[in-house]
Amino acid sequence: MSAVAPAIEVRGLTRRFGERTVLREVSVAVPRGATLAVLGRNGAGKSTLLRVLATLLSPHAGEVTVLGESLPSRGFAVRGRVGYLGHDPLLYRDLTPRENLRYHARLHRVPLTRVDELLEIAGMRLRADDPVRTLSQGMVQRLAVCRATLHHPQVLLLDEPRANLDPGAGDLLEPLIGRRSETTRVLTSHDPAAALREADLVLGLYDGRAAFCSQADQVGASELEALYR
Amino acid sequence: MRTALIVLRKDILLELRTFETLPAMILFAVSTFVVFHFALNRSSIGGQLAAGVLTATVLFAGLLGVNRLFVADREQGGFDAFMLAPVDRSALLLAKASALFIFLAVLEVVALPAFALLLLGPSLGPALGGLIVLLALADVAVAVIGTLVSAIAVHTRARDLIAPIIALPLLIPALIATAEGAGPLLSAHAHRFPEGRWLAILALYDLVFALLAHAVFDFLLED
Repeated sequence: MSAVAPAIEVRGLTRRFGERTVLREVSVAVPRGATLAVLGRNGAGKSTLLRVLATLLSPHAGEVTVLGESLPSRGFAVRGRVGYLGHDPLLYRDLTPRENLRYHARLHRVPLTRVDELLEIAGMRLRADDPVRTLSQGMVQRLAVCRATLHHPQVLLLDEPRANLDPGAGDLLEPLIGRRSETTRVLTSHDPAAALREADLVLGLYDGRAAFCSQADQVGASELEALYR
Repeated sequence: MRTALIVLRKDILLELRTFETLPAMILFAVSTFVVFHFALNRSSIGGQLAAGVLTATVLFAGLLGVNRLFVADREQGGFDAFMLAPVDRSALLLAKASALFIFLAVLEVVALPAFALLLLGPSLGPALGGLIVLLALADVAVAVIGTLVSAIAVHTRARDLIAPIIALPLLIPALIATAEGAGPLLSAHAHRFPEGRWLAILALYDLVFALLAHAVFDFLLED
């Protein structure tokens, strides 16, 4: 047993939606500060895994520990320490970026000065007072990144974080969600090559099962091909 | 309490931006009074009949608010965002019930003068204080039960049907107490204050459902 407990530890996780089993006995451990890329074709269970780790879904079997806290029973102790960026930006369309971020800052007891800081980093200052519904998808994604990282989370759960982002925006957001964030990260991507570059570990999901789990530099082309077949 | 105020503030701001709920409630109530004005074929009404018309109209208008209560949160991810925050989840119940209570109060500020103008025979003046107390207690019942029911219905596809179907039977005791209490206030020989027993029934009803809602609300938010 290592001296430092992993930031995330999943053992035999199973999750169903009605009759359909979306995750079957998935196990993985992510050391603190490491990045896990979760790969797999559409419907493989990547987003469900992230939602379980974010405390939004409960496991139906198995054990899940995030930052030393068991889920779902200790979910309340995890919520403020995890940043979740999902497919939905979790922003109110009729509020402005500033109003949305201030709302989240108040919920997370974060000083409101952090909102201006993030709007500046994300290059959103000029559109900070326009309703979110008037923004492009790329700008909404930038804003969603700000929301997910507002409270300086120790763990980032990133579901397709680069979706809709141009390369410039990707660079702008690097300190928030990239390696420079110095957080433990779990990310999903439909671009395996890009995900491998960012990751230390890779979990390949196939129909909800762990097809492989290994170091990023040990993942072969044949394993990746099999994952998307 | 702090979290509830944060969510309430956001809900009020959203309503001020969109005007999706309150105008619909007010328009429905005023239109219903116009319909009753012609359907009853009487220039004015009073007493128990007036109390019944007023109470039922406010209740049905309130159901429009109940149906809309969680829609923005459901459709725009507000539920998930709230669930990810390190806050007491029952604050959402308090915030939503408070928002609905405020919507009902604003509705009544417009609906009562419209009711007096379009339908009511006796003057509303002497009994206004008593009527406000009675309606405030009834509003608490609608707000608490409405929030509970809306939290259940919002996860279903037929939420516009489910909410009234569950809420109306639960609200019948409150409807009876409000209408019975308001009857004498709206009669020609107006009482100034409703009978104590109707106020007590409403207060007890509010308390019981507030405690029940507090006990079960967390479970409604679980996946």
